[in-house]
Amino acid sequence: MKKILTTPISFDDIKDLRVGDVVYLSGYLTTGRDDVHRRVVHEGLKCPYDFKDMAIMHAGPIVKEGEKNIMVSIGPTSSIRMEADEAEFIEKTGVKVIVGKGGMGNLTSEGCKKFGAIHCVFPGGCAVLASSHVEGIENVYWRELGMPEALWVMKVNEFGPLIVSIDTQGNNMFVENKKFYAEQKIKCEQPIIDLVSNYMEVEEQK
Amino acid sequence: MNNEEAKKILSSTMEKFIGLAATHLPDDVLAKLEECRAKETNEMQKTLYDAYFTNLELAKKLNRPCCQDTGLMHFYMTVGAKFPYIGVIEEALSDAVRKATFSVPLRQNTVNYFDERNTGDNVGERIPWFHWEIEPDRDDLEVIAYFAGGGCCLPGNAKVFKPSDGYASIVKAVFDTVSDLGINACPPLIVGVGLGTNMENAAVLSKKAYLRPLGTHHRHPKAAALEDALKDGLNKMGIGAQGMRGNIAAMEVHIESSGRHTADIAVGVNVACYAHRRGVIRFNSDLSYEIPTYKDAEEYMKNSKSTEEN
Repeated sequence: MKKILTTPISFDDIKDLRVGDVVYLSGYLTTGRDDVHRRVVHEGLKCPYDFKDMAIMHAGPIVKEGEKNIMVSIGPTSSIRMEADEAEFIEKTGVKVIVGKGGMGNLTSEGCKKFGAIHCVFPGGCAVLASSHVEGIENVYWRELGMPEALWVMKVNEFGPLIVSIDTQGNNMFVENKKFYAEQKIKCEQPIIDLVSNYMEVEEQK
Repeated sequence: MNNEEAKKILSSTMEKFIGLAATHLPDDVLAKLEECRAKETNEMQKTLYDAYFTNLELAKKLNRPCCQDTGLMHFYMTVGAKFPYIGVIEEALSDAVRKATFSVPLRQNTVNYFDERNTGDNVGERIPWFHWEIEPDRDDLEVIAYFAGGGCCLPGNAKVFKPSDGYASIVKAVFDTVSDLGINACPPLIVGVGLGTNMENAAVLSKKAYLRPLGTHHRHPKAAALEDALKDGLNKMGIGAQGMRGNIAAMEVHIESSGRHTADIAVGVNVACYAHRRGVIRFNSDLSYEIPTYKDAEEYMKNSKSTEEN
């Protein structure tokens, strides 16, 4: 059965989710990426959208703007860019669910554990699939930052699949994977280093 | 036809072509992606590939960019010295990008350094990016359009090594790039490796490498062997789609090279995401054209209207 989270989200809703679980989101999902984090964390601006118990998506959408704004394509951006600021962002805003692409680091998993939040991966590049779960754009803030960086408030219906990559215990799928890949790298590159070990040799002239 | 007329036709055709290339993946990429999908066995990987393919079908059906990051436009061009409209190409292509930003639409991604404000139309300082090659005896123009998205530009790097580091430095550069930031750049990736004489020619060659048709090999048998070995090696790391543990990290590894200074080994590594929006269009001297990268290109172009035609 589909596990669906509906905003507003309580700690109880997410406390039993573990990395690798697949969930879907209904209610509100609001975009915010590099510039939003910079403004909230470093410039000390008050976020015009209240993220408390809500969900943020690291994403810069394509919106057809007009009397009514239409969500054309929206896919996640690389969450790792927000790593330096995310824990403080969670603390300041009370956001519960972070949706993005790729992993985040230890600072964020510590933040998720301390303040009770999760990070989920939506499959990267699947922007039309994502927009097909957007029922409408209800508002936009900080539009002066440009289309990708603004806060777009979306009404969503069973938005997903969202794969939990950091849970409320601070387990972090991508940090674990990175350790695994680092071990694998040494094993997998060695035979190729051996293969090219004589590539610089030139036959001696007789 | 005079230059003004040629500019209009080029711009109008390219605007529609940008729409095609933003909404579709090239035939060779789709075929390769199907192959990768078949090699994945775990449930999470299947979920991810299902999402990839559902998304691509929806993008085609709804005529929307398959990935929201339509990047900055890069045009890699080969122009015959006898092509009659060389002087208007850059202007026509910039105009096409400006119009496509609203007609497709593309995401507004372009910011000029120091101004730090979005230009709003994807035209900026030296953007779109033009790369020229001239063929002396031809009268045609080939344009490779590439949507350089933020995520897959991030891992790219170029570095110059000492000869004592040997070819091992190439292998390590590839593995370091893919296993570090590459896993966030939407694998399965196409990995371009440029081998040159200094940092910037290695970087340019790494770009040309991933723009090659998938599965083609470097002309030198040792380089071709290294391409295959790197691909197999990367695919043993257990990376999978989205870097979330699976079998396939790289669709292909392509190498391009130039001569090198006896004292340097310069290596560029550039990765392209699975949504490899690399479209090719070839104009004849009368501006008739063919698009070899998509089987339904003709139908798309026929049914599509540029801003000028609307």
